[in-house]
Amino acid sequence: MVSSLGVGTDAHMPAALGKAEPVIDAETFAPFLVHPLSEVEWATQISKRDQRQMEQWQRTGTFAAGLALEDAGISTDDPLRSAIDMTVAAAGGERDVEVDEHILQTMADGANDAQTLVNEKLSTDLRPTLFLAQLSNLLAGNISIVHKVTGSSRTFMGEEGAGLSAIQNSVARIKTGQSDIALVGASYNGQHWDTILTNEALAKVARGTFKPVFDRTDGGDESGLVPGSGGAFLVLEEMEHAKARDAKIYAIITDAVSDQGLDERFDKRMTALADYANLEGAACIISTASGAPARTAAEKAFLDTLNKPYRETTSTIGFMREVQSIMASALTALAMDAGQTPFGMEVDHDGPTAVLCVGHLSAEGVILIEGAPR
Amino acid sequence: MTKHLDHRGRPIIAITGFGVVSSLGEGWQDNWRKLTSGVSGIHRITRFPTEHLRTTMAGTVDFLAGANGSSYERTFGFAKSAASEALVMAGTPEGSFGGALVVAAPPVEIEWAERFELDKLGRASDSDSAGYRAMVSAAHGNAPLAAKRAARFGEVAANLQAEFGSRGLPITLSTACASGATAIQTAAEMLHRGETDRALAIGTDGSVTAEALIRFSLLSALSTQNDDPKTASKPFSKDRDGFVMAEGAGAFVLETLEAAKARGAKVLGILAGCGECADDFHRTRSKPDGSPAIAAVRRALDDAGITPGEVDYINAHGTSTPENDKMEYMSLTSVFGERLGGTPISSNKSMIGHTLTAAGAIEAVFSLLAIRESTLPPTVNHQNPDPAIDLDVVPNEKRDATVSRVLSNSFGFGGQNACLVIAAEPE
Repeated sequence: MVSSLGVGTDAHMPAALGKAEPVIDAETFAPFLVHPLSEVEWATQISKRDQRQMEQWQRTGTFAAGLALEDAGISTDDPLRSAIDMTVAAAGGERDVEVDEHILQTMADGANDAQTLVNEKLSTDLRPTLFLAQLSNLLAGNISIVHKVTGSSRTFMGEEGAGLSAIQNSVARIKTGQSDIALVGASYNGQHWDTILTNEALAKVARGTFKPVFDRTDGGDESGLVPGSGGAFLVLEEMEHAKARDAKIYAIITDAVSDQGLDERFDKRMTALADYANLEGAACIISTASGAPARTAAEKAFLDTLNKPYRETTSTIGFMREVQSIMASALTALAMDAGQTPFGMEVDHDGPTAVLCVGHLSAEGVILIEGAPR
Repeated sequence: MTKHLDHRGRPIIAITGFGVVSSLGEGWQDNWRKLTSGVSGIHRITRFPTEHLRTTMAGTVDFLAGANGSSYERTFGFAKSAASEALVMAGTPEGSFGGALVVAAPPVEIEWAERFELDKLGRASDSDSAGYRAMVSAAHGNAPLAAKRAARFGEVAANLQAEFGSRGLPITLSTACASGATAIQTAAEMLHRGETDRALAIGTDGSVTAEALIRFSLLSALSTQNDDPKTASKPFSKDRDGFVMAEGAGAFVLETLEAAKARGAKVLGILAGCGECADDFHRTRSKPDGSPAIAAVRRALDDAGITPGEVDYINAHGTSTPENDKMEYMSLTSVFGERLGGTPISSNKSMIGHTLTAAGAIEAVFSLLAIRESTLPPTVNHQNPDPAIDLDVVPNEKRDATVSRVLSNSFGFGGQNACLVIAAEPE
């Protein structure tokens, strides 16, 4: 895990136990707030030469993937890496803000043919290999190159739903013997003007004073998303396969379910998901609520009907879209491994923790996580 | 019961519907007639100005409604057309498909038309200088629908879901030029797992824009033989110099054979096997020994339970780049050995160009048609064979042939390799 809170599992334990304070940058993108990426010693996972081929989003993901493989005890020269099935949830990479702004300014200054201007400027000003740092599937591509993960490589797209599907699909493949071991993850760069633009166009980015996500639903200035930067990768493994190689087992994913549909049927879908995932039996809920006003309010209303303790990850670590459900699962597993309930919640019965993912635009799902047998 | 299980004890997967859009036309009949007549869909670009561009041709789809709109409108529109054709053929209930949806679609970005519009709006209200702050100040609450659609990666799949009534959270995926094949593979795995009785797998791409052309040009991936667009794509020829970007969509309705038979659906073919392997060598180049592509081909054949000798025809990835065609030849030689000379292999891209995200799906449809129509589509523009590539590429003219099994290859940037085996319905 990599985020504004630091690098690696130790740096995220306080967050997993509900004891971390958010790190906010209110200056760089003022009036918008972001959770900035912490200092990262990139060279510990990615050679200088490979770092130059990536922008922050790919670099963060490739770094986090390396941490996960290392944490799973699968060394760089372990042939197991060539048997790992990788699923990455990704969007696209960073645009060159300087080139874009130069084109917009030239047009504002009275150039008369926008399309020809774009052709001319992009042809001469774009760094030739930037495209590769922008292509969705090249995060996975870089992980193959840097970390030698080559069993299979698939990239899912589609905001929070992509992260959810990445976990669900990998779990399903493992459960049915289509795969023994999987690397699943995502990364996000919240510190980029194009990210702010996308989030403003699709939802709303919070301005001014920072508030926890469930207090950001009124549509006012301070409501909305607070983008974060970071990445989370999980190594998922069939139990016997993990035991056979003496792997450390953080937790067990018992099930993952998802759905998507029209806004007006949200309540119906949530009730069905709750039924299907047997939320009744869950001890507590970890919410990945985004802060996007309408969907966050709807999620909170649903959570309040469950009569269960719940806490949200995003208030502490920021909105990281494709990463949401993966980071929340990682934090949950971390707390369980420490023998604690996630976010230090007081629970009144045993049962799995349900990671609830309600995307900021669409997609809903539940990932059920249990402590490892001791 | 057991007769509906494959050699690995999994449900056999039937293809009960297919559909296709390419620069040759809409629908399989028009496409197949032209493809087997050696017609090229590559032409000079008229959709946008091409001044300053090194490549000025493409296989754009200009004849469908909305084709002159945004990448979203094309990508969605092509997918809708191909999927509608496939669903009507399959005879599933209109508007309530009721199975899973897996879509291979290109990555999205807010396009220049919307960037200029947002910038202008932002400057008008905040009198900022041009740039991101101006666009952002205009975006909230005022973002044009086109900008919103272009900004959301799940947009195409969500709207296809609403259109066709697929069940559950759709998967949108990207494995670069292998995406279409990966969509079919991902759907096939769902059927093997018993998660669903039927799945709609689509590969679609309407992303030919000036910026996309420039990006591929900067990587020196595109042909610059602009003088005669129809002959620019010449896979396996000595004077090939890059691929030609193109658009289109391909769709399959996949069902377990058991479910298809139970509802009395016509079985059009079998998805017999899939194989994939990632390459860790380089972002755009393949490992010199071809081992990842070789592994993908072998895994697909093993998955289908067949030997190389049982492949009647290979539908090549055949992009017409110097590197790909050489690597594909070498990899196939390694798997097929001496038999390769006797196995015909052709590249649809010689006529329809490289449809990128859609390619694996479109070419899977053409692979199935080769079986159903007993015809091998040619590799056109094959006047000057590469002496280093000794293949029967079905040069220039279609060929009648009895085809029971086809291997369809897809290899992409980022080390993506995916292969499918498509077969006739078992007797």
